[in-house]
Amino acid sequence: MHFVSRVRQRLDDTELQRNLQRTRGRNAAARLASLASLDDFDAVRERATEIRASVLRDLDVWLERFEAEATRRGATVLWARDGDEACRLVIDIARRHDVKTVVKAKSMVSEEAGLNAALEAAGIRPVETDLGEYILQINDNEPPSHIIMPVIHKSKEQVSELFARVHGTAAKTDIVELTREAREKLRPEFLGAEMGISGGNFLIAETGSVAIVTNEGNGRMCTTMPRVHVALTGIEKVIPTLDDLATLLRILPRSATGQAISNYVSLLTGPKHEGDADGPEHMYFVLVDGGRADLIGGDFEPMLRCIRCGACMNHCPVYQTIGGHSYGWVYPGPMGSVLTPLYQGLEKAKDLPQAATLCNQCGVVCPVSIPLPDLMRKLREKQVDAGLRPWSERLSMRLWAWVAQRPKLYARGVRFAVRYLRWLADGRDRIQAMGVAPGWTAERDFPAPAAQSFRDQYAARQRRAGR
Amino acid sequence: MSSARDDILGRLRQRIGREPAGAPAAHARVEQVIAASQAGPRPSYDGDLAARFIERAKALISTVDECAAPADVPARCAHWLIGQGLGRQVVVSPALAGLDWATSGLDVRIGAAGGDDPVGVTGCFRAIAETGTLMLCSGAQSPAVNSLLPQTHIAVVPREHIVADMEAAFAVARDAFERWPRALNFVSGPSRTADIEQTIVLGAHGPYRVHLLIVG
Ligand code: SF4
Repeated sequence: MHFVSRVRQRLDDTELQRNLQRTRGRNAAARLASLASLDDFDAVRERATEIRASVLRDLDVWLERFEAEATRRGATVLWARDGDEACRLVIDIARRHDVKTVVKAKSMVSEEAGLNAALEAAGIRPVETDLGEYILQINDNEPPSHIIMPVIHKSKEQVSELFARVHGTAAKTDIVELTREAREKLRPEFLGAEMGISGGNFLIAETGSVAIVTNEGNGRMCTTMPRVHVALTGIEKVIPTLDDLATLLRILPRSATGQAISNYVSLLTGPKHEGDADGPEHMYFVLVDGGRADLIGGDFEPMLRCIRCGACMNHCPVYQTIGGHSYGWVYPGPMGSVLTPLYQGLEKAKDLPQAATLCNQCGVVCPVSIPLPDLMRKLREKQVDAGLRPWSERLSMRLWAWVAQRPKLYARGVRFAVRYLRWLADGRDRIQAMGVAPGWTAERDFPAPAAQSFRDQYAARQRRAGR
Repeated sequence: MSSARDDILGRLRQRIGREPAGAPAAHARVEQVIAASQAGPRPSYDGDLAARFIERAKALISTVDECAAPADVPARCAHWLIGQGLGRQVVVSPALAGLDWATSGLDVRIGAAGGDDPVGVTGCFRAIAETGTLMLCSGAQSPAVNSLLPQTHIAVVPREHIVADMEAAFAVARDAFERWPRALNFVSGPSRTADIEQTIVLGAHGPYRVHLLIVG
């Protein structure tokens, strides 16, 4: 479906609009409140930005360092050029260890790769264990609408109806009871699954570890109970040291949910040791490229600093109005408007870089200082270069350029436009209906212009001053 | 066909403009960054670390109790559990096996928790004052499951183990471990979720309650 029709549908969906409005602004307020407990937020942000940027400058070497360290500590590091290859690797691992059921903690890379469908096709049962992801999975594998709060678009009534239908239980409307019901459904899965798949918030080169940040504890379950643990992450997730992890953890949960720290941060290094009471016998890393390497050294390299906090969407007026599903791929909001065209192809996401007001709220809150509006603007330029804009837009731009290069003609045009607009305004300071561009005034007024253009006023003033 | 690894690294090198001759210098630089690892900007606070830890832990909805000596631990645990109506059945991490559990009146098993154990008692490697967080390390003496599977987690926190922040805890860990533990778990209060209507519910998959017993 086309972007515009997707958006239209979402705007007309009163239930979705109610759900979106309920949480609108809440995370933004929580974030702001949580920054107070950092003495100097800007300094932490600057440091976080530099940590991420410095790794990207030497990414090949950092990855080799991480690989060597992880291997030395008993993990197996595998590489995948794209999502399909990642799926094949994961399925191979599952087959090697005779795995029937996989418990999954949230991994956006797994969404990128379409891993669940691939596992099912291979006869392996994936079970999502993050409450939000679980709700989506039992609702016919609905895609998430937010990278941190996957079911932000749903009401408790919708969840209640879904649980009653799928679990065959009496409908509950109390959120505590719904959460308890999911806990009871998932507990046996954690205890019974042969393999756990997690994402990775950070890969630490110093120790060859993966850091996993969750609130629910499902990340700990998936990486503690099953015999095999696979951490599936993008190649850009490496950071140098444990000290860097400490810095980034000051800024990630605050930017995401306004927490000073998430409930669980697990730093996992290799498989279970001889004599350990628990933990997986085998640990694998699958490092996925999926379009990332191509961004290194170019205009879009800053995007790879992203730590997937979701702050940009929590602050985006467009995202908060149209919801995450309108964006059409795994990543919504401003970061999605940049990543989707880069990873999926410019022509597959023509409208996304345009679906922004360039208000720069996202750029201001991004904890790793990604200039999101600049990147969207660059994508717009690339669209123009690739001839991907509609002919009407191209023609009007060319016409505009032609006129703008002829000052006299331009001045005459402006004078004419001013007269026309003031005639429309009919003495008021705003125009309610504009015949030549009805779309502009469909849902807002257009301000009436001043009687004289700036150039005319300036010229008159110069004349009065006798210059 | 070249391997995915060679392919990805090759593309990165090309985009970065890395000549083969420059690689050793880059590796040396990376090792240097790790060896000279520096903490970033850290919030500072005046006053007692333990007081700060307790205040932050309570804000995370952990409950806190204090006792004077390790010998008091079993009785304090029993007192709290019975007061809360949480029963007498506990599984205790081997690291705490040396305490006198026999006279506590609790029904104690030393070992690793299973899915049905109602209460897990653990020690703690370090505790972090900045956020009220426990740092637990997995091992033969300290099963990770004891702070995960039971509905109630009691952590015994020696007062001298409370450090300012994660950086300080890592500095201790770098010196303490001959072999880096499989899992370092940072636990900040009971398990929670806010996935449905952004309403916070405790006990998503892990413990419903975390009780801290500060010793010393
Ligand atoms: S782009 Fe920045 S704000 Fe958005 S998710 Fe990534 S790190 Fe967070």
